[in-house]
Amino acid sequence: MNRLVIIGNGIAGITTARHVRQQNPDVGITVISAESDHFYARTALMYIFMGHLRYAHTKPYEDWFWAKNRIDLKRAFVNRVDVAAKQIVCDDGATLPYDALVIATGSTPARFDWPAVGRPHPRRHGQDLTGVQGLYGLDDLATMERDTTGIRQAVVVGGGLIGVEMAEMLHSRGIAVTMLVRDPTYWRSTLPAEEGELIGRHLRQRHIDLRISTELREILPDASGRVRAVVTTAGDELPAQFVGLGVGVVPNVGFLAGSGIDLNKGVLVNEYFETNAPDVYSVGDCNEFRGPVTGSDGATRKPIEQIWYTGRMHGETLAQTLCGRRTAYKPGVFFNSAKFFDLEYQTYGTMNATLAPDESTFFWQHPRQDQCLRINYRTADRSVVGLHALGVRLRQAVCDRWIMERQSVDTVLNDLQRANFNPEFSPFPDPQTTSTESRKSWLQRLFA
Amino acid sequence: MKPLQRIGLTWPGLILFLAGLTVFVGSLLLSQYRLTDTVLKQTVKPAQLAAMRTATAPMREKLYPNAVGFAGDLKASIAQLNAGYKQRHQDQNIISDSDTLTILKAAGTGFFPTHTGLFFGLSVLLALFGALLYILPDYTKLPGIKNDGIFNNPATNGGWIGYIVAALLIGLYVLLYFYPEYLTSWLLLFDPLSYALNGAGATQWFVYGSLYTLVILVMGVRMLLKYRGNPYQQLRTASVMFFQLCFAFLIPEFLSFLHQPAQDIKSFWPLDYSFYFDYRLDEKIKAGSFGLFLLAWGTALWMIAVPVLTYFFGKRWYCSWVCGCGGLAETFGDPYRQLSDKRLIAWKVERVLVHSVLVFAVLMTGLVLYSYFSKQPALFGVLDAYTVRSVYGFWIGSIFSGVVGTGFYPVMGNRVWCRFGCPLAAYLGLVQRFKSRFRVTTNGGQCISCGNCSAYCEMGIDVRWYAQRGQDIVRSSCVGCGICSSVCPRGVLNLENADDSSRVLDPMPIIIGNDSVRLRP
Repeated sequence: MNRLVIIGNGIAGITTARHVRQQNPDVGITVISAESDHFYARTALMYIFMGHLRYAHTKPYEDWFWAKNRIDLKRAFVNRVDVAAKQIVCDDGATLPYDALVIATGSTPARFDWPAVGRPHPRRHGQDLTGVQGLYGLDDLATMERDTTGIRQAVVVGGGLIGVEMAEMLHSRGIAVTMLVRDPTYWRSTLPAEEGELIGRHLRQRHIDLRISTELREILPDASGRVRAVVTTAGDELPAQFVGLGVGVVPNVGFLAGSGIDLNKGVLVNEYFETNAPDVYSVGDCNEFRGPVTGSDGATRKPIEQIWYTGRMHGETLAQTLCGRRTAYKPGVFFNSAKFFDLEYQTYGTMNATLAPDESTFFWQHPRQDQCLRINYRTADRSVVGLHALGVRLRQAVCDRWIMERQSVDTVLNDLQRANFNPEFSPFPDPQTTSTESRKSWLQRLFA
Repeated sequence: MKPLQRIGLTWPGLILFLAGLTVFVGSLLLSQYRLTDTVLKQTVKPAQLAAMRTATAPMREKLYPNAVGFAGDLKASIAQLNAGYKQRHQDQNIISDSDTLTILKAAGTGFFPTHTGLFFGLSVLLALFGALLYILPDYTKLPGIKNDGIFNNPATNGGWIGYIVAALLIGLYVLLYFYPEYLTSWLLLFDPLSYALNGAGATQWFVYGSLYTLVILVMGVRMLLKYRGNPYQQLRTASVMFFQLCFAFLIPEFLSFLHQPAQDIKSFWPLDYSFYFDYRLDEKIKAGSFGLFLLAWGTALWMIAVPVLTYFFGKRWYCSWVCGCGGLAETFGDPYRQLSDKRLIAWKVERVLVHSVLVFAVLMTGLVLYSYFSKQPALFGVLDAYTVRSVYGFWIGSIFSGVVGTGFYPVMGNRVWCRFGCPLAAYLGLVQRFKSRFRVTTNGGQCISCGNCSAYCEMGIDVRWYAQRGQDIVRSSCVGCGICSSVCPRGVLNLENADDSSRVLDPMPIIIGNDSVRLRP
């Protein structure tokens, strides 16, 4: 392999490039992006909007890093992949031959065909109105900046991770936010009802008008083609000058139609990230596993993984294959985290929204109802399948080991302090006594 | 529904603060001055009176509208007089800068000097009241990270308000160190407080110490409110407020009231670079057993406390919990922490600079002690201890730590001195880097590379570079402020003390969560 071409400079594509370079000093590496000149952390888009960071802060490596590591960066949109001639064609007319091609084009916000009712744009979809958008990349951030300037009310559709980010962004600018959530509790598709209620309380405390069991029915335009209101399935008309769509993302693979590369929702790959086309691979949000992928703990992973860490792990693994050690993807114990305004969330292992029939659950909540901890375990042998926490920081290495070693829920509860990752002097829960004080005093812990 | 919680005290608070600040700065031009014979008789030693009368004859009884012309003329007269004394080798007669300040204060006349209480209220107290009005509504906010709009605000993003504040601060330090005679009005304002605390009139250092303490207390209240719900931040803020008020301010004033050596007993060599200078050694020896205790205490702090406490807790035990410079940086400087330079080149400059200052401080002190004990003014007859220590005092003690270190807060961030110049920080850092249980732990593979930790690191550490590769942050410069851990949206970072062999300094290239590759057995 002499020429490695990577389409997409997100976490998956860049991790691939970095790990290939670490192991192979000679291969030519080109990373193409239509979005930005340099790799940046799209997880930080919200912080740019809120004024916590500048765009420059979101770049994990200084600009000289790429030349120093001889990773060529190209700013272009890839129009076409010619798998027979093993080359790609860009919108600037350039043709790049490759020995290996990695498709790491990420996602694009999901859209549904919500009707836009009334004149003067009867044919337009509601989602096409000015002021209606999702949030995935820098372009979305720019339009959100433009379309929220000076407005007073906004509606966010969807109670997932992007939805709550958009709500926090709008709220930080003093814009009144209504959130429409389809489920009966917040993020019920992923979280049990108690956790959803805890998050719901947290959002309402922060003046978010959270409407559960409510969906978007119509988006109403004004005369200029801009959103002026939405109608909910409850029949309410809510004035809104901005509508944030947080109803998920789909793989960004439109440009591959007709290329001969097998697509379903994403680019179909096997556990080696190989597509049906020779020397074409796909990593990150944009791929879709043909067969089920199983983690080390035996849990089945989703066929499309749309998480920052999984993008990184895909890249780490594919780099091995590209450097001559064909390596199957073997994720470890699942983990993820998020933050709902000021409420941190961490999850490890398998935490079904609705308990599996052969599982039991241990649930603890602080009397203040602003922290909780849940441990799910197999009823038969009491071994832990997963745990998650809201408002409490857990140590990944410890949780990971408990789940891998199938420790019993009793051991985990007794040793819970070992997973304490809360800052010093912050009380860590001791669910067995329902007290929140850590058993060791701070003085003992300092000299522990 | 009111999404923005700030209640209506913020703007009045800001206006009152700015009004107080304006009166305070403006007061420098308020007093009139007249050098009368009575003033001379009150302030000049009888032996020098005749000479002073002659030297100041042209300006005597003349009414000056403000300090600018008066201080200039007075200084010129005294300089001429001193030049004569020097020529005739009558060094004991030389009129010192503090004598000059005493004359200046006594020569103040008109409305201002007789109404300093009123002006103290209209300036210092009004600004204090306004600042608290501005800050206290934060109490109505829910706990959480409050960095909204920091990079949109010209006061905190290195914009034009920042440059104005920097200009004011730099001006303050230049006057304080080099032209204190123009601060006479402030000395008059603080005279009553100074008499109450130490029984003598205010010097420029008393004014500076009072302002410094007030700023730490007021901005400390701001920190306590900003980090509600975060016990680590609140405790260490309370700690720096306590050490500044009691150890740096009240205790030394009280000691000086008792005619003991006035020492800030929590500050020590090599930050307190003059600790082993001849006049301070003599002062302590003269003070008897208490003086010797101070000498032993100050020596034990750097010799024993630094290695022991830094081994257990990292350098934070001093830098972000006790130190006065750190106290100012963590309170007054907190709005500017995000302006520190994170580039690799800045780290390279930092390492060369801060360790050079440490070497300079050690050599300078060695030379001073050599000359003290050997009674030789110079080593090998050429390296003059007095010259070397004056160079250190001017360039490091005044320009670097004061004018640059604090003056440039709003432009270069709040830890410029601590990061690039403090010899004690360099020494603590060496211990922390090579023999300490302290580290900032990275929580497995959870980093999302957002960059909040790096952006808000006041020491300019690229925290994310470590976090995203699963490595613990072990850096000599880390002062353990804990802000990276606070602002991390995924709870990835934690300040920990544990067995020093458990610090993860060389992580696997593939971090936890991915079992595809087993690179090490």
